[in-house]
Amino acid sequence: MILTQLTLVEQAVFVLAALVLFLSFSILAQARLVAGIHVFAWQGAVLAGATGLVALVDGEPHLLVSAGLTLALKALLIPWMLHRLVRRLELERHLDPLPRPAVALMLGAALVIFSYWVVVPIERLELATTRNILSLSLAVVLLGLLIMVTRRQAVTQVIGFMSMENGLFLAAATATHGMPLVVELGVAFDVLVAAVLFGVFFLQISESIESLDVDRLNRLSAWEDEP
Amino acid sequence: MTVFVPLMGTLVLAGIRSLQLAGRLNLGFCATTLAAALGLALRILQGGDLTGHGFHVDAFNVYLVVLTAFVGLTTAIFSRPYMAHVCREGRVTERRMRLYHSMFQGFLFTMLLALTTDNLGVLWVAVEGATLATVLLVSLYRTPESIEAAWKYFILCGVGIALALFGTVLVYFAAQHALADPSRGLSWTVLYGEAARLHPTVMAIAFVFLLVGYGTKVGLVPLHNWLPDAHSEGPTPMSAVLSGLLLNVALYAVVRFKMLVDGALVASDQPGIAGELMMGFGLISFLVAGLFLHRQRDIKRMFSYSSIEHMGLMTFAFGIGGPLATFGALLHMLVHSLTKSAIFVTVGHASHIAGTQTIEQIRGLIRTQPAVGWGLLIGVAAIAGFPPFGVFTSEFLLLSATMQSWPWLTSVLLFGLVVAFAGLFRHLHPMVYGKAPEGQQPVAANMLPVMVHLGLVLWLGIAIPAFLAHWLDQATWLISGGHLL
Repeated sequence: MILTQLTLVEQAVFVLAALVLFLSFSILAQARLVAGIHVFAWQGAVLAGATGLVALVDGEPHLLVSAGLTLALKALLIPWMLHRLVRRLELERHLDPLPRPAVALMLGAALVIFSYWVVVPIERLELATTRNILSLSLAVVLLGLLIMVTRRQAVTQVIGFMSMENGLFLAAATATHGMPLVVELGVAFDVLVAAVLFGVFFLQISESIESLDVDRLNRLSAWEDEP
Repeated sequence: MTVFVPLMGTLVLAGIRSLQLAGRLNLGFCATTLAAALGLALRILQGGDLTGHGFHVDAFNVYLVVLTAFVGLTTAIFSRPYMAHVCREGRVTERRMRLYHSMFQGFLFTMLLALTTDNLGVLWVAVEGATLATVLLVSLYRTPESIEAAWKYFILCGVGIALALFGTVLVYFAAQHALADPSRGLSWTVLYGEAARLHPTVMAIAFVFLLVGYGTKVGLVPLHNWLPDAHSEGPTPMSAVLSGLLLNVALYAVVRFKMLVDGALVASDQPGIAGELMMGFGLISFLVAGLFLHRQRDIKRMFSYSSIEHMGLMTFAFGIGGPLATFGALLHMLVHSLTKSAIFVTVGHASHIAGTQTIEQIRGLIRTQPAVGWGLLIGVAAIAGFPPFGVFTSEFLLLSATMQSWPWLTSVLLFGLVVAFAGLFRHLHPMVYGKAPEGQQPVAANMLPVMVHLGLVLWLGIAIPAFLAHWLDQATWLISGGHLL
């Protein structure tokens, strides 16, 4: 693919998509909770920007709506809710460092290569941009998964979960020019409810085990063993 | 109409404080839903498919709609005295009971929406909605264990369902390149009509994501971890509907997508890849869950593993394809839902009698309260596949279908069935016949739902009524393209 063959706006969308992936990496490496939330908010904002650009190029008004929704939900509302919870649970100075940062980042890089490999068969079908963005968004989804697996803090797990959702949004907005509006609204509603529920859970978990370290949620696995 | 009654129920019950009234209204809403569902089924059976306003109803999903409404109603009948008992014990507050009743209806609403919608995106939204509606019910008792179970349920199903959304996006992507009107690219009926023109590679990749995604909700190994936790820690009526209904709906989604992918892959070099993937996952789930049955110490966890086992068997059968296997799988879905919800209702009473869910401490049920003991015994006999119950019929059909197309797998299936059978009875025998502890008292049990369910399963095992056989046959024809009868 030759980047200069694309129009300027397409290049811009591409750069923003790459930026989303980069922000996923920085969430993965970020040790401080509050900083992680901020990076997540930026990811939401960049995603909204990319969606908005696609909307302007294609002239699809409903994509503008979903860009606005993304901005409101992912960049403002959810980070704000997380921030408030962190303050309420007095976790501002809390560190949740990666056990082996180098290994985790290498794994992340491997996931990016893997997602390019998965998308290779689609290559003959579509423009180079879409293919690239499809693999970028798959990489964001898989990195979100990696964040959830490597972290022990409930808050970081939620950030991983939500950044997975960001990857899905990126795929929907750029590769398919947005899902139908009713689906977008439904998905946004689900994400919002999920965010509220996460908040409820933080309170329940911290009440019951006096910490948000999910490694300590291990009573049920004891049931599996023979007495 | 069918779909919107429970939605109304959700909103109304959220506002009602009185426990008595809420329980009765819950019943009322469920009964109305069932009546509407039966009406709908009658129209479908007489007039053929109904499509329009974003909904699509055919013989396949209307049978699940009726099943969902029916099990919803019987569980509501059971849940009223059961939850009142829990409330008297002081395990839940009044506000949480309001949440419970409201979310019970909310769950039914999302289930019915997922079944009847024509839009694959809305299907995703509804299945995710079902997770959200039930996750707070799993942690209703607020014990550390139940919160852990709910967190696991939430995270694992959230991740799984996110992968399913990626698959849905890929399907939409494929549709945009094949359809004249790309804005209708998520409508199942449109896609099904044009399936042959969808790009085969994209559809195959999409199906992998969809199978893993919705498969998490079906409880397929290795993504089954949430299921025993969520089913064992939540209130028992919830376990009954989760095991009996939610798993079906997730499997329904997988089957719908398989129909699309099969259509797209007809001309490619690997036409059966979707079915083979389902067979593989199904068979592994079936065997692993059967072995895990032996290691359980909690009665509800044991029956959750039995659910995984049966869902694995159904996934396997849908994977084989062909009229015989499909018919068997549909029948198995029906009898498994009925039997499993009956078992969970009985287990709820049994754990009230013993005051615990630990298998070792539940003893001598048949002496303390014969109705519960016999209910459990007959229920387990039915689920293990004893003749003359319906599960035997469907498992027999599945075995003969396997014999036809993959003969060497029959022995694996038989082995799995025997292992599961031994696992269940090993635990069951002392619970029912063992020596009852001193001072064990019977509880006020409402065994009506159990008797109705088991009666139906027995009836289905002895003779499937002609109209039902015809109905299932129509669904078989829709899925596999061939008639059995």
